[in-house]
Amino acid sequence: MKFVGTGSTSGLPPSDTRPEGNSWEHFHHEADVGIRGWGATPAAAFAAAAEAMMAVILAAPHRVEPRETATISCRAADLELLFYDWLNDLLWEMDTGGRVYRRFEVTIAENREGFSLTAVIVGEPLDRRRHRPVVEVKGATFTALAVRGRDDGSWLAQCVVDV
Amino acid sequence: METGRYTAAGPDAWRREPTGAMRVPIIIYADREQLRAMDDKVDEQLEHVAGLPGIVNAAYAMPDAHWGYGFPIGGVAAFDADAGGVVSAGGVGFDISCGVRTMLTGVHADEIRSRQRLLADRLAREIPAGVGSRGFLHLKPRELDEMLAGGARWAVGRGYGVKRDLERIEERGCMAGAEPEWVSERAKKRQQDEVGTLGSGNHYLEVQEVVEIFAADAARAFGLRCGDAVVTLHCGSRGLGHQIGTEFLREMATAAGRHGIVLPDRELACVPVQSETGRRYLGAMAAAVNCALANRQVLTHLVRGVFAELLPAAEPDLLYDVSHNTCKKETHLVDGHERQLHVHRKGATRSFGPKHSSLPPELHDHGQPVLIGGTMGTSSYILAGLGGPVERAFSSACHGAGRTMSRRQACKRWRGRAVMDELERRGIIVRGASFKGLAEEAPGAYKDIDGVVAAAETAGLARRVARVTPLICIKG
Repeated sequence: MKFVGTGSTSGLPPSDTRPEGNSWEHFHHEADVGIRGWGATPAAAFAAAAEAMMAVILAAPHRVEPRETATISCRAADLELLFYDWLNDLLWEMDTGGRVYRRFEVTIAENREGFSLTAVIVGEPLDRRRHRPVVEVKGATFTALAVRGRDDGSWLAQCVVDV
Repeated sequence: METGRYTAAGPDAWRREPTGAMRVPIIIYADREQLRAMDDKVDEQLEHVAGLPGIVNAAYAMPDAHWGYGFPIGGVAAFDADAGGVVSAGGVGFDISCGVRTMLTGVHADEIRSRQRLLADRLAREIPAGVGSRGFLHLKPRELDEMLAGGARWAVGRGYGVKRDLERIEERGCMAGAEPEWVSERAKKRQQDEVGTLGSGNHYLEVQEVVEIFAADAARAFGLRCGDAVVTLHCGSRGLGHQIGTEFLREMATAAGRHGIVLPDRELACVPVQSETGRRYLGAMAAAVNCALANRQVLTHLVRGVFAELLPAAEPDLLYDVSHNTCKKETHLVDGHERQLHVHRKGATRSFGPKHSSLPPELHDHGQPVLIGGTMGTSSYILAGLGGPVERAFSSACHGAGRTMSRRQACKRWRGRAVMDELERRGIIVRGASFKGLAEEAPGAYKDIDGVVAAAETAGLARRVARVTPLICIKG
């Protein structure tokens, strides 16, 4: 088994303008929103992208308190499908549990069948007043879906989400 | 869009001949300026759709078309199952059976104005909307399956409406072929508390005033008079539809290759109609259509409750309910022969003409009502299907204004509070769950709906019957 790495996010304040040090951004799509995260490993990029998605759903994602944890695990033949599953499983957890999340501790491992992901997600029940929800994300999509290494050795994970 | 490859093919109609892997031409219904303003992605996505197995006649786009997922939003394509035709989860979209329902109220807009703020506040309180909202129903597994099999009929059976409502809903309120057992437990779990919720984004409930009549005969048959107040809902199949779309998109993306289908874009994921996955998708999708119809029916019940309390003279009565994200098996005349086709409409409304067998008797001579949603600051339209000797885009029309600006751009340009205040100055009371959400939905972020509807009429897709403008808008 090849170890692909772990990554987590610190819950930095969100910003569309991506201040120095932030590890995610939103990118243009005519009707919806693109989310992009990056980090030292694919897992770190996945975690940062989840933070980008939370910043689509909430106007104040930085106000989510780390009170509860849940786990997500999924597997896929390639990293792009794994990224699609990761975000959609996260949406399912949020929708069915009425919860929002701030910290994402992602571990990805490679095996003979492809890749497997386990994640501990940390957050709390949605509080409309404090978290200021903006819009539901219906699903992470295949549009502009990419997980790839960058020239500087870091990883990028991105796709458009349907709102 | 680079329009050089398109030639005029009739009033507000443009044709691109097949090249490369395309099996059929592309036909776009739009005026010259709308065509030019469309994203290049619309052309690229239509080119891909035109290359799918079993496609019949052409890959079509409506005047409000824009960049979608595999298919453009505002796209129509029909496939012949007997000729290897496919069904595509991307061609239906994540919000299966998202649609529009309009109710006549029987009261004048001035009566709404006299209690406008109170009505807006009460509707905002009673209609669950926005992220994480839950309905008043909690469905047990057996009830959920009954809802998925029965659609609006199930809701009426539970007392959320009257039998007459069903006559004014596509498929008479219940789509045949629904197979609840092919809907995953995860999708069902997502829906157990979401029946009777509006959602967010571009979904809304509006109280509107009829301000212009274009076709007196059809308006009379539809029950529309200038000055009347109507109520319109725009929403879909909620979490269940999103989950079915997500799961089958993934499954089809990996299964397509096994059926020898080369996908130029993974989002175009599709499988033959006559494959095991195709049959399962169609059964699950029909269940999601029923979920959307039940959802709009329960919301109608809530609207009626508010009106009964505040405006007892009003009796909200369905004009019609249309879905604009669907794949439906329909019979169409192709080169003089009747053929059974799977018609995908992604962000496009069915628009059957007069004398179509699906219409209730009182609409028989006028065509199906086609409900076109605008923005919270602009007009919406009620059209009628045209029919006629030449069927256009398998009897389809546009579905809304279509965005012209991304949500992010809109947020940079407008502030939600200012949008709300400006609309209030114009006599439109807006209640939204989120100011940022209101900024994202600012009227200026959408195309000119008047132009979209005019092009649809010029192209012969549908004719204008009435124009309505908002008095109250509830946004998720």
